[in-house]
Amino acid sequence: MAPASSPSSALSLRDVVALSGRFPLLAGVDLEVAVGETVLIEGPNGAGKTSLLRVAAGLVPVASGQASVLGLDPARYRTEVRRRVGMLAHAAHLYDDLNVRENVRFAVKASGADTSRIGAACERLGLTGRLLRTGAAKLSAGQRRRVALAVLVARAPELWLLDEPHAGLDASARSLLNEIIAEATAAGATAIVASHEPELVASLADRSVTLTGGRVTGERTILASVDPPARIVHVA
Amino acid sequence: MWRDTLLMAGKDLRIEARSRVALSQVAPFGIVALVLFAFALGPDRAPMVKGAPGLFWVAMLFSSVLAIQRSVSVESTDGARDGLRLSGLDPAGQFLGKTLSVAAQLLVLELVLGVGVVLLYGASIQTFWLIAVSCLLGTIGLAAAGTLYGALSAGLRIKETLLPFLLLPVVAPVLLAGTRMWQAALSGGTPANGTPWFHLLIAFDAVYLALGVVVYGPIQETA
Repeated sequence: MAPASSPSSALSLRDVVALSGRFPLLAGVDLEVAVGETVLIEGPNGAGKTSLLRVAAGLVPVASGQASVLGLDPARYRTEVRRRVGMLAHAAHLYDDLNVRENVRFAVKASGADTSRIGAACERLGLTGRLLRTGAAKLSAGQRRRVALAVLVARAPELWLLDEPHAGLDASARSLLNEIIAEATAAGATAIVASHEPELVASLADRSVTLTGGRVTGERTILASVDPPARIVHVA
Repeated sequence: MWRDTLLMAGKDLRIEARSRVALSQVAPFGIVALVLFAFALGPDRAPMVKGAPGLFWVAMLFSSVLAIQRSVSVESTDGARDGLRLSGLDPAGQFLGKTLSVAAQLLVLELVLGVGVVLLYGASIQTFWLIAVSCLLGTIGLAAAGTLYGALSAGLRIKETLLPFLLLPVVAPVLLAGTRMWQAALSGGTPANGTPWFHLLIAFDAVYLALGVVVYGPIQETA
């Protein structure tokens, strides 16, 4: 049984090292993300952004250091952590032989979430009418992304892990995604967004963290009162 | 766990209903194998009738490898396995669900191949319940061991060739027990003829079901 606490930290990584074989994915990451915060993770290719999100989701084990997700040890409370965390990854995790409705329904039921939100979530993402009955194999990359996002909206996780969430989405879908993230954090959820396009996330993020070579190499506060392009201020 | 088992089995069976891989590829493969065995044995009926039980189970074993590979490949596309891990679905439920789905497909396949054996080889079934019990228990064992070894090979680049190599020697007890029970059934044997093989199949099923429930989760995490 997981401890029943309400942690102030959604994600806490202390000197975390994660490996793929003998290759270090993360080489001693220190990061604290408070509940309700939106944090942008930046960095060049191979910096460890995706690995950091996968560690937070409990998909990659911590080789050394300490990790806590929503106040829980992800290695010890794997199922509990995964049911409270939602991840939008590069892959949409869809079954090509199932249609949109079946894919969303399976993913939401599998996570143990309330299925009554599925209809509204699909509608919000523009997954209506014939599209709901369309096989996933026939969807475009952007539509697959929308389906994966509909799963997250229906699940309403406490911690949103978004890996290049704007990739493959058109302008209206990008705006909608930002709206959804803003609503989720306003409702008390936490969002960690890895992106190569910081200008798309700047309007949402409280803070930006830069990763290089599997380590945190910079941190910036983002001011809420300024227009997106001018909001990013270097503090470290 | 049972809720997750039904959810997983329902999903896999729905995928099969849409793709019809078992119907359009696995079953025809099994029938082709039976026909080729018949060609190899020649026109004389006697060796075909005598060899029918073994040939049925060899065809089943080869066909089941295809069904299991399909069950594994369903989770290999678009990061579906990561999706399952992220969902928090009980690994034991995942294992039992996939086993149930593969078993359901194999039972249909056995029906098709059973009819094939009767029609092609002229085999005459005397004790039907022995056939039914051997097929049911043999199917559970094949599906459980196949799902387990399928998960083991899933993370490897050479999984298509590794799975038969890993699985076929392991399921030899199913081939042996199934064949003996079929021989007893075709010769009008009594329950005593099938009892030792019945016990072997029960033990095989119990071992692989229990093993799968315990180790499927760790395998998924490391594959």
